[in-house]
Amino acid sequence: MNWDGIINSTLRGFFGIDAVYFALAAIGLNLQFGYTGLLNFGQAAFLACGAYGVGMATFYFGVSMWWGIAFGLGFSVLLGLLMGVPTLRLRADYLAMVTISIAEVVRLFVRSQTFRNVFGGADGISDFSAAYRRLSPFHPSRGYGLGPFQYDDATRRILLSLLWLGLAVLVGVAAARSRRVRERGPQVQRIVGVGATIVTVLVMLWVLDRLRYSGYTMWTLTIGWILVAVLAVFLWLLMRSPFGRVLKAIREDEDAVRSLGKSVYSYKMQALIMGGVMAMLGGVVRALDRGSVQPDNYGRDVTFYIMTALVLGGLATVTGSIVGPMLFWAVLVFTDSFLNEVVGSDGVWEVGGITLIENVTQIGQIRFALVGLALMLLMILRPQGLFGNRKEMALDGR
Amino acid sequence: MAGDEAGPTELTAAAPVAAVVEPPRRASADAARAALAAVPREPGAPKPDPILVADGVSRRYGGVVAVDVEHLEVQRGSITALIGPNGAGKTTLFNLLSGFERPDRGTWSFDGHALERVPAHKAAAYGMVRTFQLTKSLTKLTVIENMKLGATAQRGEHWWNGLLPFLWRTQEREIEAQADALLAQFRLEHMRSEYAGTLSGGQRKLLEMARALMTNPRLVMLDEPMAGVNPALKQVLNDHIKDLRERGMTVLFVEHDMDMVHDVSDWVVVMAEGRIIAEGTPDDIVGNEAVIDAYLGAHQGKSLFEDDEEGAP
Repeated sequence: MNWDGIINSTLRGFFGIDAVYFALAAIGLNLQFGYTGLLNFGQAAFLACGAYGVGMATFYFGVSMWWGIAFGLGFSVLLGLLMGVPTLRLRADYLAMVTISIAEVVRLFVRSQTFRNVFGGADGISDFSAAYRRLSPFHPSRGYGLGPFQYDDATRRILLSLLWLGLAVLVGVAAARSRRVRERGPQVQRIVGVGATIVTVLVMLWVLDRLRYSGYTMWTLTIGWILVAVLAVFLWLLMRSPFGRVLKAIREDEDAVRSLGKSVYSYKMQALIMGGVMAMLGGVVRALDRGSVQPDNYGRDVTFYIMTALVLGGLATVTGSIVGPMLFWAVLVFTDSFLNEVVGSDGVWEVGGITLIENVTQIGQIRFALVGLALMLLMILRPQGLFGNRKEMALDGR
Repeated sequence: MAGDEAGPTELTAAAPVAAVVEPPRRASADAARAALAAVPREPGAPKPDPILVADGVSRRYGGVVAVDVEHLEVQRGSITALIGPNGAGKTTLFNLLSGFERPDRGTWSFDGHALERVPAHKAAAYGMVRTFQLTKSLTKLTVIENMKLGATAQRGEHWWNGLLPFLWRTQEREIEAQADALLAQFRLEHMRSEYAGTLSGGQRKLLEMARALMTNPRLVMLDEPMAGVNPALKQVLNDHIKDLRERGMTVLFVEHDMDMVHDVSDWVVVMAEGRIIAEGTPDDIVGNEAVIDAYLGAHQGKSLFEDDEEGAP
């Protein structure tokens, strides 16, 4: 079995573009659902807003692709209002129903034959990211690595080393300052901080040189991860402010918040739209990278995978909404490449006389079954998600 | 006159003192009772200085009239109790007045602000704050966060300001100081950084009341503040409620505990079947036939309003 190949593709899934746009959508969903308690089941439609925004800019409006981001912004605000105005005064379940159906309506609307000249029908829109690709500082036909030792010139080596070292220190600091470690005193804090930094460096040494990307992918990844970092800081700052306090209070009991003189409706609307705009940026990144947008890539399944990835990472934590999607994709890619290795060229996997996989097409289904199993185990063993707060979780329903 | 004979029966051995020792500074009680002395003892009686006035407020659920209040005034600076048997419409009236439910018809105003079709959060911003029958502590927020949430007009509650901590940090510190002072007063300071979900039922009542005070209200509406509270804590809550009047606030509260009503309130409004059937001082109410009928059902099967003035058959 080719373990090296499996590990490499898993790592690529961990850091890949799918993880990026999932993370952007999950950060938005975290703001909506994790912090404010809005059960939004239409996140895929917000992604589509961004994707169609950039697609339609060239295809329908005939303007520069950059207008697409403005269109996406407009679409997602409009969509947020469309979902929110009729439902945000009602109980949470109505929002869930309306968001899931509006998202489907949006998908069916853009793929309809009638509006083919606007949205491109079921085929969608393609070949619109030339301008985006021209901006790339990376050479399209060359491969790029992330590890400092893949390069010969000293500047790159030093810069990349500093970048990753800085990130490792950041991880160490974050680990040392996390609530559970802080509670155990400064001695433990110091050990955990230094330990986490060293472990991260070792992991990086092992991981980074395995990662190689083409110029275009490298360009999207750079843009994408910067965007993820910016939104993460945005969410982190917001949730430490009195605004965040109101949102969390609304999640707990909106009548209490109303009785204290806050306009719950307005706060919920702001959270819904803000989270939608974040997902919209994810859609922009995905569409620009592929240079194409198809309506069926923005169906219900995407919404639920994003929800799954977020719950996996842990609701109402900033780290969870980023690492959740990364792990989700790593697990998906891992099971996929692992099963492909197992079945080999004949496409059959037999264990003890029982045929588990008859042909290659079943791999896709089996891998989701395995992912579902893993998630069930996670929810049983760690219901608060990987980064969630167990203490908070324990207060549910009290 | 002053409610001094609440009696030690309701108290546990842990707190036997409060029954006899009337706290010295209750000047507001005398003022409130003097102002209400000349008010006629009848439903809908006009008050010399009302802070809350309601007219013709009614709400039906299908065929059931939940609330049908012709006229109600609440005297400023007084403690007014709203009592009545179960299903009398007390909580519904609370919900209507505070904007949590819409009435079918009726007008009402608070301190000069007309409140018809005014959303609940705006009514709260005018200075009328309410609590709930089922305590609403925000369980996954800490006690201090619960308190700070109560403060109004916070700059950092706009998201664009929230992103820049230097814009709201000063105000946050002031709010925190106010919150800490209230927590100390309500003896919750030791729970300051615990999740509100870890508090006991009685502590949650205290927290909810303290949080309501963070809005600097002029009218405090308490929906069954004593429900599910042990006797020792009841005395503490009693004192807190009297203290609100001392600090110039008006209190309107729903309660079933008659000892507490008698001890705390300056004026009592009695509801039955959605209507106000009697008003008066606690002493008047105790002997009122209509009230006894409403509670004990001496006139079962008959309308309560036909023979208001007669005695039981």
